[in-house]
Amino acid sequence: MSDECIRLEFKVDSENFASAGSASEAVKTQLKLLGINSHDVRRVAIAMYEGEINMVIHAKGGTAVVEIYQNRVDITLADRGPGIADIDLAMKEGYSTAPDNIRELGFGAGMGLPNMKKNTDEMRIVSNPGVGTTIYMKVNLT
Amino acid sequence: MKISEIAEILNAEALCCKDKLSDEVFSACASDMMSDVLAFVKDQAVLVTGLCNPQVVRTAEMMDIRCILLVRDKHPDATILALAESKGIVVLRSPHRMYIACGLLYNAGLCGGEHCV
Repeated sequence: MSDECIRLEFKVDSENFASAGSASEAVKTQLKLLGINSHDVRRVAIAMYEGEINMVIHAKGGTAVVEIYQNRVDITLADRGPGIADIDLAMKEGYSTAPDNIRELGFGAGMGLPNMKKNTDEMRIVSNPGVGTTIYMKVNLT
Repeated sequence: MKISEIAEILNAEALCCKDKLSDEVFSACASDMMSDVLAFVKDQAVLVTGLCNPQVVRTAEMMDIRCILLVRDKHPDATILALAESKGIVVLRSPHRMYIACGLLYNAGLCGGEHCV
Protein backbone atom coordinates (compact mmCIF):
# COMPACT_ATOMS: atom_id res chain seq x y z
CA MET A 1 0.00 0.00 0.00
CA SER A 2 2.72 2.42 1.01
CA ASP A 3 4.33 2.18 -2.43
CA GLU A 4 1.22 3.42 -4.20
CA CYS A 5 1.47 7.03 -5.19
CA ILE A 6 -0.14 9.84 -7.12
CA ARG A 7 2.26 10.98 -9.80
CA LEU A 8 2.12 14.46 -11.24
CA GLU A 9 4.34 15.67 -14.06
CA PHE A 10 4.78 19.23 -15.27
CA LYS A 11 6.70 21.00 -17.96
CA VAL A 12 8.18 24.16 -16.48
CA ASP A 13 8.09 26.81 -19.16
CA SER A 14 10.59 29.66 -19.05
CA GLU A 15 9.04 31.72 -21.82
CA ASN A 16 6.70 33.56 -19.52
CA PHE A 17 7.92 34.54 -16.04
CA ALA A 18 4.34 35.34 -15.05
CA SER A 19 3.41 31.67 -15.27
CA ALA A 20 6.30 30.51 -13.05
CA GLY A 21 4.85 28.77 -10.02
CA SER A 22 1.81 27.29 -11.74
CA ALA A 23 3.10 23.72 -11.23
CA SER A 24 3.70 24.39 -7.53
CA GLU A 25 0.21 25.82 -7.26
CA ALA A 26 -1.26 22.68 -8.81
CA VAL A 27 0.68 20.48 -6.39
CA LYS A 28 -0.43 22.57 -3.44
CA THR A 29 -4.05 22.28 -4.53
CA GLN A 30 -3.72 18.51 -4.91
CA LEU A 31 -2.15 18.10 -1.46
CA LYS A 32 -4.91 20.18 0.13
CA LEU A 33 -7.53 18.04 -1.61
CA LEU A 34 -5.88 14.95 -0.15
CA GLY A 35 -6.29 16.43 3.31
CA ILE A 36 -2.54 16.77 4.03
CA ASN A 37 -1.96 19.12 6.99
CA SER A 38 -1.22 22.75 6.15
CA HIS A 39 2.30 22.73 7.62
CA ASP A 40 3.42 19.89 5.34
CA VAL A 41 1.58 21.37 2.37
CA ARG A 42 3.41 24.65 2.83
CA ARG A 43 6.82 22.95 3.08
CA VAL A 44 6.24 21.13 -0.21
CA ALA A 45 4.85 24.26 -1.86
CA ILE A 46 7.79 26.45 -0.81
CA ALA A 47 10.45 23.92 -1.80
CA MET A 48 8.87 23.29 -5.17
CA TYR A 49 8.13 26.94 -5.91
CA GLU A 50 11.73 27.94 -5.15
CA GLY A 51 12.90 25.17 -7.46
CA GLU A 52 10.48 26.16 -10.18
CA ILE A 53 11.59 29.77 -10.01
CA ASN A 54 15.23 28.65 -10.21
CA MET A 55 14.48 26.62 -13.33
CA VAL A 56 12.85 29.61 -14.98
CA ILE A 57 15.60 32.05 -13.97
CA HIS A 58 18.68 29.93 -14.63
CA ALA A 59 17.81 27.00 -16.83
CA LYS A 60 15.21 27.96 -19.40
CA GLY A 61 12.70 25.61 -17.82
CA GLY A 62 12.63 21.85 -17.44
CA THR A 63 10.43 19.15 -15.96
CA ALA A 64 9.00 18.62 -12.49
CA VAL A 65 7.80 15.24 -11.27
CA VAL A 66 5.96 14.99 -7.98
CA GLU A 67 5.07 11.67 -6.38
CA ILE A 68 2.70 11.77 -3.44
CA TYR A 69 2.94 8.72 -1.18
CA GLN A 70 1.03 8.00 1.99
CA ASN A 71 3.90 9.18 4.19
CA ARG A 72 6.03 11.40 1.96
CA VAL A 73 6.24 13.55 -1.15
CA ASP A 74 9.11 13.09 -3.61
CA ILE A 75 9.94 15.95 -5.95
CA THR A 76 12.32 15.69 -8.90
CA LEU A 77 13.23 18.83 -10.80
CA ALA A 78 15.31 18.33 -13.93
CA ASP A 79 16.64 20.91 -16.34
CA ARG A 80 19.10 21.16 -19.21
CA GLY A 81 20.46 24.50 -18.09
CA PRO A 82 24.07 25.60 -17.58
CA GLY A 83 24.53 23.47 -14.44
CA ILE A 84 25.97 24.47 -11.07
CA ALA A 85 29.77 24.58 -11.01
CA ASP A 86 30.15 24.78 -7.22
CA ILE A 87 27.18 23.31 -5.34
CA ASP A 88 28.57 24.16 -1.87
CA LEU A 89 28.85 27.79 -2.88
CA ALA A 90 25.37 27.77 -4.42
CA MET A 91 23.98 26.45 -1.13
CA LYS A 92 25.32 29.45 0.82
CA GLU A 93 22.64 31.89 1.92
CA GLY A 94 23.00 35.14 0.01
CA TYR A 95 25.03 33.71 -2.88
CA SER A 96 23.31 34.30 -6.19
CA THR A 97 24.17 34.46 -9.86
CA ALA A 98 20.77 35.90 -10.79
CA PRO A 99 20.94 38.99 -13.03
CA ASP A 100 19.63 42.39 -11.94
CA ASN A 101 16.42 42.08 -13.97
CA ILE A 102 15.47 39.04 -11.87
CA ARG A 103 16.12 40.94 -8.62
CA GLU A 104 13.78 43.63 -9.87
CA LEU A 105 11.12 40.92 -10.05
CA GLY A 106 11.66 40.09 -6.36
CA PHE A 107 13.95 37.07 -6.66
CA GLY A 108 17.67 36.31 -6.74
CA ALA A 109 18.47 36.98 -3.08
CA GLY A 110 20.48 33.77 -2.85
CA MET A 111 17.93 32.13 -0.57
CA GLY A 112 16.37 29.65 -2.98
CA LEU A 113 18.51 26.52 -2.58
CA PRO A 114 19.02 26.97 1.22
CA ASN A 115 15.28 27.47 1.59
CA MET A 116 14.57 24.32 -0.41
CA LYS A 117 16.88 22.40 1.92
CA LYS A 118 15.24 23.95 4.99
CA ASN A 119 11.77 22.89 3.87
CA THR A 120 12.63 19.31 2.93
CA ASP A 121 13.81 16.26 4.85
CA GLU A 122 16.21 15.17 2.13
CA MET A 123 17.68 17.06 -0.78
CA ARG A 124 20.25 15.96 -3.33
CA ILE A 125 21.65 17.96 -6.23
CA VAL A 126 23.25 16.33 -9.24
CA SER A 127 24.69 18.84 -11.65
CA ASN A 128 26.93 18.71 -14.68
CA PRO A 129 28.07 22.08 -16.01
CA GLY A 130 26.94 22.44 -19.59
CA VAL A 131 24.54 19.50 -19.31
CA GLY A 132 21.99 20.36 -16.63
CA THR A 133 20.88 19.95 -13.06
CA THR A 134 18.56 17.51 -11.32
CA ILE A 135 17.36 18.15 -7.79
CA TYR A 136 15.73 15.40 -5.72
CA MET A 137 13.75 16.41 -2.66
CA LYS A 138 11.76 14.44 -0.12
CA VAL A 139 9.26 15.82 2.37
CA ASN A 140 7.98 13.47 5.06
CA LEU A 141 4.29 13.84 5.81
CA THR A 142 3.53 14.09 9.50
CA MET B 1 -7.96 43.30 12.93
CA LYS B 2 -10.38 43.13 10.01
CA ILE B 3 -8.95 43.64 6.52
CA SER B 4 -11.45 46.47 6.11
CA GLU B 5 -9.81 48.25 9.07
CA ILE B 6 -6.41 47.98 7.33
CA ALA B 7 -7.98 49.59 4.28
CA GLU B 8 -9.42 52.36 6.40
CA ILE B 9 -6.18 53.06 8.30
CA LEU B 10 -4.14 53.24 5.09
CA ASN B 11 -6.72 54.98 2.94
CA ALA B 12 -6.52 51.91 0.73
CA GLU B 13 -8.78 50.71 -2.03
CA ALA B 14 -9.80 47.04 -2.29
CA LEU B 15 -9.10 45.76 -5.81
CA CYS B 16 -10.41 42.21 -5.54
CA CYS B 17 -12.06 39.70 -3.19
CA LYS B 18 -14.11 42.45 -1.59
CA ASP B 19 -16.29 39.77 -0.01
CA LYS B 20 -13.37 38.93 2.29
CA LEU B 21 -12.87 42.40 3.75
CA SER B 22 -14.49 41.36 7.01
CA ASP B 23 -11.96 38.52 7.50
CA GLU B 24 -9.71 38.86 10.55
CA VAL B 25 -5.91 38.93 10.28
CA PHE B 26 -3.46 38.97 13.17
CA SER B 27 0.01 39.71 11.82
CA ALA B 28 1.84 41.15 8.84
CA CYS B 29 5.18 41.17 7.05
CA ALA B 30 6.73 43.58 4.56
CA SER B 31 9.22 43.09 1.75
CA ASP B 32 9.87 43.82 -1.90
CA MET B 33 11.94 40.63 -2.15
CA MET B 34 9.76 37.58 -2.61
CA SER B 35 12.85 35.42 -1.95
CA ASP B 36 12.92 36.82 1.58
CA VAL B 37 9.19 36.34 2.06
CA LEU B 38 9.59 32.68 1.12
CA ALA B 39 12.62 32.25 3.38
CA PHE B 40 11.70 34.23 6.48
CA VAL B 41 7.94 34.63 6.73
CA LYS B 42 6.09 32.20 8.98
CA ASP B 43 2.44 32.77 9.68
CA GLN B 44 1.78 36.32 8.65
CA ALA B 45 -1.54 36.86 6.92
CA VAL B 46 -0.78 40.24 5.34
CA LEU B 47 2.05 41.01 2.91
CA VAL B 48 2.96 44.68 2.53
CA THR B 49 4.94 45.22 -0.68
CA GLY B 50 5.78 47.68 -3.40
CA LEU B 51 6.39 44.88 -5.88
CA CYS B 52 3.61 44.48 -8.38
CA ASN B 53 3.81 41.33 -10.51
CA PRO B 54 2.08 37.92 -10.62
CA GLN B 55 4.82 36.35 -8.51
CA VAL B 56 3.67 38.44 -5.55
CA VAL B 57 0.34 36.61 -5.72
CA ARG B 58 1.98 33.22 -6.23
CA THR B 59 4.32 33.83 -3.29
CA ALA B 60 1.36 34.88 -1.15
CA GLU B 61 -0.47 31.73 -2.20
CA MET B 62 2.46 29.48 -1.24
CA MET B 63 2.72 31.19 2.16
CA ASP B 64 -1.03 31.13 2.89
CA ILE B 65 -1.07 34.94 2.97
CA ARG B 66 -4.62 36.24 2.74
CA CYS B 67 -4.13 39.92 1.94
CA ILE B 68 -1.59 41.74 -0.24
CA LEU B 69 -1.22 45.43 0.48
CA LEU B 70 0.37 47.30 -2.41
CA VAL B 71 2.03 50.51 -1.26
CA ARG B 72 3.12 53.56 -3.27
CA ASP B 73 -0.13 53.51 -5.23
CA LYS B 74 0.89 50.60 -7.47
CA HIS B 75 -1.52 49.61 -10.21
CA PRO B 76 -1.67 45.84 -10.74
CA ASP B 77 -2.82 44.69 -14.17
CA ALA B 78 -5.85 42.49 -14.81
CA THR B 79 -3.75 39.29 -14.84
CA ILE B 80 -2.52 39.90 -11.31
CA LEU B 81 -5.98 40.69 -10.00
CA ALA B 82 -7.56 37.70 -11.74
CA LEU B 83 -4.93 35.41 -10.20
CA ALA B 84 -5.52 36.90 -6.73
CA GLU B 85 -9.28 36.63 -7.15
CA SER B 86 -8.97 32.96 -8.11
CA LYS B 87 -6.89 32.31 -5.00
CA GLY B 88 -9.17 34.27 -2.70
CA ILE B 89 -6.43 36.74 -1.79
CA VAL B 90 -7.54 40.31 -1.09
CA VAL B 91 -5.46 42.97 -2.87
CA LEU B 92 -5.43 46.46 -1.35
CA ARG B 93 -3.78 49.56 -2.83
CA SER B 94 -2.58 52.39 -0.61
CA PRO B 95 -0.93 55.70 -1.51
CA HIS B 96 1.39 55.42 1.52
CA ARG B 97 5.01 54.44 1.25
CA MET B 98 6.21 51.19 2.83
CA TYR B 99 7.66 52.65 6.03
CA ILE B 100 4.62 54.75 6.80
CA ALA B 101 2.20 51.95 5.94
CA CYS B 102 4.02 49.53 8.26
CA GLY B 103 4.22 52.11 11.03
CA LEU B 104 0.53 52.90 10.88
CA LEU B 105 -0.44 49.23 10.93
CA TYR B 106 1.93 48.39 13.77
CA ASN B 107 0.68 51.37 15.74
CA ALA B 108 -2.89 50.15 15.23
CA GLY B 109 -1.99 46.78 16.75
CA LEU B 110 -1.13 44.61 13.76
CA CYS B 111 2.07 42.91 14.89
CA GLY B 112 4.88 41.12 13.05
CA GLY B 113 4.29 37.55 14.14
CA GLU B 114 6.97 36.23 16.48
CA HIS B 115 7.68 39.73 17.73
CA CYS B 116 4.13 40.30 18.89
CA VAL B 117 3.94 41.86 22.31
